[in-house]
Amino acid sequence: MAGTGKAHLRDSGDVLLRVDDLVVEFPVGHTGLTVNAVSGISLDVLRGETLGVVGESGCGKSTTGRAIMQLPRPTSGSVMFEGRQLTEMGGDEMREARTRMQMIFQDPISSLNPRRKVRDIVMEPLAIWKRGTKAEQAAKVDALLQEVGIDPLRAAESQPHQFSGGQCQRISIARSLVLDPTLIICDEPVSALDVSVQAQVLNLLEDLKAKYGLTLIFIAHDLAVVKNISDRVAVMYLGKICEVAPSDDLYRAPAHHYTQVLLNSIPVADPTVFTARTAIEGEPPSAVLPPPGCRFHPRCPAADDTCRLEEPKLRAIGTGHFVACHHPIHGDEIAVSVGQLNAEAMS
Amino acid sequence: MSTKLQVSLRGKDGPLLEVTDLHTHFKTARGLVRSVDGVSFDLDRGAALGIVGESGSGKTVLSRSIMGLLPKRNTVKSGSVIFEGQELINMSLRQRQAIWGKEMSMIFQDPMTSLNPVMKVGRQIGEGLRMHLGMSKDAARATALKLLQDVRIPSPDRRLDQYAFELSGGMRQRVMIALAMSCGPTLMFADEPTTALDVTVQAQILDLLDEQRRERNMSLILVTHDLGVVAGRTDRIAVMYGGKLVEMAGTAELFSNMKMPYTEALLHSIPKLTDPSHTRLNVIAGRPPDLVNPPRGCRFAPRCPYAQARCIEEEPPLIATPEDPTHKFACWYPVGSPDYHAAKERIRAEAA
Repeated sequence: MAGTGKAHLRDSGDVLLRVDDLVVEFPVGHTGLTVNAVSGISLDVLRGETLGVVGESGCGKSTTGRAIMQLPRPTSGSVMFEGRQLTEMGGDEMREARTRMQMIFQDPISSLNPRRKVRDIVMEPLAIWKRGTKAEQAAKVDALLQEVGIDPLRAAESQPHQFSGGQCQRISIARSLVLDPTLIICDEPVSALDVSVQAQVLNLLEDLKAKYGLTLIFIAHDLAVVKNISDRVAVMYLGKICEVAPSDDLYRAPAHHYTQVLLNSIPVADPTVFTARTAIEGEPPSAVLPPPGCRFHPRCPAADDTCRLEEPKLRAIGTGHFVACHHPIHGDEIAVSVGQLNAEAMS
Repeated sequence: MSTKLQVSLRGKDGPLLEVTDLHTHFKTARGLVRSVDGVSFDLDRGAALGIVGESGSGKTVLSRSIMGLLPKRNTVKSGSVIFEGQELINMSLRQRQAIWGKEMSMIFQDPMTSLNPVMKVGRQIGEGLRMHLGMSKDAARATALKLLQDVRIPSPDRRLDQYAFELSGGMRQRVMIALAMSCGPTLMFADEPTTALDVTVQAQILDLLDEQRRERNMSLILVTHDLGVVAGRTDRIAVMYGGKLVEMAGTAELFSNMKMPYTEALLHSIPKLTDPSHTRLNVIAGRPPDLVNPPRGCRFAPRCPYAQARCIEEEPPLIATPEDPTHKFACWYPVGSPDYHAAKERIRAEAA
């Protein structure tokens, strides 16, 4: 899986964010080795779109999200946001740009300052950027807290530990929205929550996205969650992209063997469903010395010599459906894209 | 292997575990927290039971109360827990220690914090073997290696001399399973064993637990918030809400004929792969009840879309369905009843 190449990038449309050949490497102590966390991925997100990024731990999905925010700056590659190059920005310019791109983190409780009152936490960005008068700031914060379902009066006198995990995630969402951003990067926002609370937070994100015209990058390891919220999904493995497709197409006609494995791993809440499981053994190899050729080949059921030697490039196999695999599940072409089939069925 | 031999020697009649009217309350500054409030169930030998509920439903406290892992201070326990014919409630620490590991063991959610960070994996597994089974150092090490092979850790001989921090999350959880199985327990608790893991590793760990349970004829209590996790891997499921059991049935029966609106709501809040993207998820409005002052009637009534006046006033008992005596539920207007349908119609009319 190696997916280099940019066949999946779009020239047309209102591109809000475009990432080219993003590489993030971390040194391993003083050994001279490097962790190849992200190895040359390219992505684009249209305005108003939700891009889902899925993969196992260590595939580089969170690092990608952080590298887009320049936290830390990527080793190489470019990140264009609203037509401006983030990688070349100076400190002040970058600070200003970050007001329009915000993050929501996995652990809602530890991402809020434990010693401050919740209402002050949400208010702080406005105070730092001196947006409006004190009264205007307060009105905005209270309205936002209401909107995410937190009582502003309680928020004014309570600290994060007095709220549940789901409520803290709502507070994080309010904080991320307070500066009117255009892009929100959600890094596993519901992984730490119960299924019932997860559903509440996902619905809330959808509502807020519609209301404020947000663009989302939704990073998670649970494909069922990603499918629900995303328009387009990118599947990552060991620092590379293996498949990009509209989310319904990806689930109905996965082309990459790794995508199939991820789909088969999801527990189905129905004991009568017998899934013909493609068992996958083991865990991803180390990103310090990634396998040559396709990075998925050591665990792939369809791997042959080509896969061991040659890195596949992302190529189109259907409308908006791209895969980086020498032997995709449906051959080199999905005759009619699932999206088209649906459109025909509707008409 | 000696641990296997022990298992085959057991085999008495009757259930392995009988829990009757178990209450576990905690004294806090706010008042008495009724975390487990009158729970009764049986568990057969070799069976797998899933306990499902949201955070704060009491599922973790229930499993720890049975095992006797809760601190004595500020904890009030009553009721009865009979395991292999012995009453566990109010057993002394020394007696409980003889049971832990050997008779019952537990796998925790976070394998990093539940393994000893400064003890090598091999010694950690060997510790229980030497203490409970009186093995020599060499025999314990050899058995530890065999256990690591059983849980299919890659290059097990090398892992014996590694520390927990050198292993991945999935491997740590495999070590936890090896540790929990080491002395051949008849009952194993797994408290959210896969919540901290990736989906691919989750599937592997659940399959491993299932396989080892069958091979060793252990009983398993799988505690989770995700109905998907228990669906394919348990014989029975108990649903907990607000410290009480609200529904309990065989796994297939529960999914095909659920009676409690809470179980239904829990199932419907899981995003389904078969639904198109952007499908609106069904949520359970509100939050779990405050267990210091639980609601008077049905504890789910304040969040239940089908609640009637009676639900708020009067607590429903846990009763069996007419068709299946092993399917129990606590609801005045269960899923499928005329009142349920009427309430559903009313909600649909209001929405439209």
